[in-house]
Amino acid sequence: MQDSPDLGDRGDAVCVVGAGASGLTAIKNLREQGFAVDCYERETSVGGAWNWRHDRSPVYAGTYLVSSRPLTEFPDFPMPDTWPDYPHHQQVLEYLERYARHFGLGEHIWYGMEVVSIVPVADGRWDVTIRSTGGGSSRVQRYAAVVIANGHNWAPVQPEIPGDFLGQVIHSSAYKDPARLRGKRVLVIGGGNTGCDLAVEAAQHADQVWHSTRRGYWFAPKYVGSRPADQLANERAPSWLRRRRNRRVAADLTRWGMPAPEHTPFESNPVVNGLLPHYLGHGRIMPVPDVTGWDGTEVTLADGRIIEPQLVITATGYRPRFDFAAPELLDADEHGRPDLHLHTFARRHPTLAVVGLVQPDSGLFPIAHWQSVAVARWLKLRARDPEKATAVQREESERPLESWSRRKVVPTRRYWFEVGHVDYLRAVESLLNRMESVK
Amino acid sequence: MSEILRFQDWSDPVPAGDREVVSRLPEEDDGERPPLLFVPGMGHGGWAFTEHWLAHAASRGWPSHAVTPRPGGDLRAQAHDVVQTAAALPRQTVLIGHGTGARVVARALGRYPARAAVLVSPVLDGWAALGAALRGNPAGTIPALFGGPLRFSAKQLFGPGLPAEQAQAHLERIGARPRAELFGRDALPEPVGGPPTLVVGSPDDRVVRRPELDKAAARYGGAPLLFPGMGHYLMLETSWQEPIDAILDWLGKQTPAR
Repeated sequence: MQDSPDLGDRGDAVCVVGAGASGLTAIKNLREQGFAVDCYERETSVGGAWNWRHDRSPVYAGTYLVSSRPLTEFPDFPMPDTWPDYPHHQQVLEYLERYARHFGLGEHIWYGMEVVSIVPVADGRWDVTIRSTGGGSSRVQRYAAVVIANGHNWAPVQPEIPGDFLGQVIHSSAYKDPARLRGKRVLVIGGGNTGCDLAVEAAQHADQVWHSTRRGYWFAPKYVGSRPADQLANERAPSWLRRRRNRRVAADLTRWGMPAPEHTPFESNPVVNGLLPHYLGHGRIMPVPDVTGWDGTEVTLADGRIIEPQLVITATGYRPRFDFAAPELLDADEHGRPDLHLHTFARRHPTLAVVGLVQPDSGLFPIAHWQSVAVARWLKLRARDPEKATAVQREESERPLESWSRRKVVPTRRYWFEVGHVDYLRAVESLLNRMESVK
Repeated sequence: MSEILRFQDWSDPVPAGDREVVSRLPEEDDGERPPLLFVPGMGHGGWAFTEHWLAHAASRGWPSHAVTPRPGGDLRAQAHDVVQTAAALPRQTVLIGHGTGARVVARALGRYPARAAVLVSPVLDGWAALGAALRGNPAGTIPALFGGPLRFSAKQLFGPGLPAEQAQAHLERIGARPRAELFGRDALPEPVGGPPTLVVGSPDDRVVRRPELDKAAARYGGAPLLFPGMGHYLMLETSWQEPIDAILDWLGKQTPAR
């Protein structure tokens, strides 16, 4: 008799989509809980967004972390303590490569393979269709669970601006190197972390810089005195005191003509950029309002002004894409926004989870780590003790949304997945304790 | 205390420090075996392992390293040094701590998913160790209670098998000014990743008595592996080979080639 009648049935194995930071920590933590793992990665190496060789990587030569080392590293695999407070993107990639090597994750990754569809079948199992990135024939494998870690910073969103512009327009994801800015008049559109970083880069290299922002944001510096500002903000303290501290370092830049924020400083994560006020204050960056149209070489602004940039960089963000999953699997709305418990667990499919789909006020890696620990423990509990898993699920369904998610005053894509890392981790911790206590 | 909300690590990270790492590597490393990282306790450095154990483990095919944590570091800084050293090694590492070094390892296990852990003559409960020292060597121990150095006697640390002049030579290199936190009694963290853990010791150890060994082993879910007739410093005794061979045999079983 054959042991395994169907070669495509991988039994209790879990499928992980993507081998970036989130996928790597998902593999590690699933393995730690005893699961066999097949991870599919469309590129030929690990690192996802942090691997500048990947065509979907958004990093550019001057990308540095905006959260400091202790708030960015995996909680069980520290970055070298000799590294700077805010490592460069190449160091981050080196760190991820070392993480993968250290825990022997490479042998569970299938490179150059893309997941093209996931379909639920009986008993919470999944049929996963895989194809090599270049195309070619596909095959179907059956898994006990699917963990999606495909990242959310790779599908650029382009602003819709009426008219035809004859100058150069690039999305920030295509910006790689300051040589592109030299000797040019540059317009940067977008007030997020990337937009502000690029406005500063342009201030350092270009001839003239306009920075167009639609909404106002709060800004936090990278340093307060000689200490990384996020370390100062994360001293143990009651939440009202932490808020007050954040309030004290957060700045709005209305003095230089930037729009006023529509929310209080602790309602959303600030943009971390200490140099933007510096260059605004030295007159190197000219803040301008929204772009309403363009024609030929001219760009029209909301206040009626007309400017003539040679290069426009749109730092207008990314949208999450799950082309391989039907929208209802993730309860995605018509804008493509998935609705997941703790931004992680599919509400109607207990064996489907997403790791790394959050925007915390800390680094993402620690969040992705604890998410994948929770996912791995959940899958194990469900397999070992379905009754208790049901009890945990019932308790979890009563967890108030506002305890872990920031209900945004401004309903834009930018805030879809925003969380405060302390509140969020507290919720994940209590889920882990619930699973522990029913052991 | 929460193991997830780490305000202290977030807001006040341990700064980089001087740690010394000594390595003995097998002539041919096929990459099948996890690296071993030995952690000395109070009063001695990595040299206690380079005497015999490091080279022996390497000769049996295990890449072996010993770290001497920063001088004067507290327990948190020492555990940090151990985790940093382990994370810098190419593969998931086995942590092996001796004496108060076992306490450092126990702390490090809450921060790093070791491949396996071995606690050798572990001083996990400092109060019990202090009691034993006061009984066995009051004159050398009492000054330490008032901030003075801790003086050991050969009889206290070594078994009767070790020649007197060797014991004396070792004693001259061992000097400790104990720090309060190494003698704490606080709860040890739950090891992350659930590594298999072995407790090794001697029933004739005058620093860590038999009941302490049993307690330590029970904490990590097992029974201690005992080597009667030896003292506290298993790795410096004449019969040093027995315990390290037993440890390596155990590790071989616990970490099968993948």
